[in-house]
Amino acid sequence: MSEQTQSSFFSQYKQIARDGLWDNNTIFAQMLGLCPLLAVSNSVINALGLGIATTLVLILSNMSVSLIRNIVRPEIRLPVFVVIIASVVTTIELIMHAWFHELYLVLGIFIPLIVTNCAIIARAEAFASKNTIGRSAFDGLMMGLGFTLVLLILGAMREVIGVGTLFANAHIMFGDGMQWLTIEVFSDYEGFLLAILPPGAFIGLAFILAARNFYIQKSKQKKPIKQAMITEAKHC
Amino acid sequence: MKTSLIRNMLISAALLATFGGLGTAMVMATYEATKDQIEASEKAVLLRNLNTIIPPESYTNKLLEKTLLVPEASQLGNKGETTIYQAWQGKTPVAVAFAITTNEGYSGEIKLLIAIKANGHVSGVRVISHKETPGLGDKIDIAKNDWILGFNDKQLVKSKTSQWKVKKDGGIFDQFTGATITPRAVVNAVYKALDYFNHNHEKLFLDQEKYQQLNSPSSPLKTSVSEKL
Repeated sequence: MSEQTQSSFFSQYKQIARDGLWDNNTIFAQMLGLCPLLAVSNSVINALGLGIATTLVLILSNMSVSLIRNIVRPEIRLPVFVVIIASVVTTIELIMHAWFHELYLVLGIFIPLIVTNCAIIARAEAFASKNTIGRSAFDGLMMGLGFTLVLLILGAMREVIGVGTLFANAHIMFGDGMQWLTIEVFSDYEGFLLAILPPGAFIGLAFILAARNFYIQKSKQKKPIKQAMITEAKHC
Repeated sequence: MKTSLIRNMLISAALLATFGGLGTAMVMATYEATKDQIEASEKAVLLRNLNTIIPPESYTNKLLEKTLLVPEASQLGNKGETTIYQAWQGKTPVAVAFAITTNEGYSGEIKLLIAIKANGHVSGVRVISHKETPGLGDKIDIAKNDWILGFNDKQLVKSKTSQWKVKKDGGIFDQFTGATITPRAVVNAVYKALDYFNHNHEKLFLDQEKYQQLNSPSSPLKTSVSEKL
């Protein structure tokens, strides 16, 4: 491999990572998958659980879609994608039910509902159906991590403001040995109910988006015109 | 022209069917592989919950295997059969636990485990699942509040049945600020279980077989019991 192709190889993956985590983040830029985000982000552990499950689904569905991209005809590609995503989600649901039982009980309906997260079919259609398996898997990982990141930020915000703890119920995810992970940020905290309830999720997300927009505005002023490429898939 | 169209349709249909089959196969394989583990996890969670209300050192039998199914009874408020777990210390009955689902909560079902000692005192109550309002009604959950421990060691005395209410209704149990319906539902469910226990306690420690014999329509005991109720 010559030096030039190697560097372009890396820059390609770097671009995918940048897209997934920041420029084209499912939540920030595409505004996809808001329903599970708002519903499950009431604690860090719940957020992490759903984030990891969604990331796994994204990686597996992207890989399968990429694998069959040359076999499937355009007219039946969407039903095939849906079948793939549904199978992957059901598989992951069963696995969580078996080995992460308590987390499964907490996340409940939102695991099967990963199927309806438009971010997944959007990636299958927009990326995986046109790229190699390696790149598609990496894209799935990065998109999933980007989604998990927002979930975690929002989850941490809501948990600290709402209950005054961080990583409460860590044992349902990591086993009983990890109970020490729970941090009591404020002791004797009365709790702030609004943050835990759905309105808290909307307000919290609005603050995060505002902060991101503010940051982008600032950096644009410094070095003008570096338009972020945003794919329009907002009406899902 | 026409044949090529049909041919295309057939190929597409075959492809779609193949992927449907593959997806189904994958789900089936995972289901088979996880079936036993899921059952074991569910049992482990149930046993852990039961052990919080019937201390594991107080009984010697296998709690999940010593069960009694009792038919639908209006006193219990359960739809369909109710599962009763029996705890035994050797041959001495220790306690029974009822798996109760009540619809009297503020939103959705509240699933409870109610354990009653052989002497009629409450051994413990736990909420297994609920959809009550966070911050208000969810204080029935042991993870949020100690309220549910208030039932421990209480018993239902005939002359004082009116006490089994929340304070707002003239009883002895606290309600929560802003949420009366939820604790009322739980108090009521425990009351019903205790009442049922007091009326049937000689039958609740029987084997399923003997229980069924006793409860068959020809049995004379049945009438005497229903008269008592």
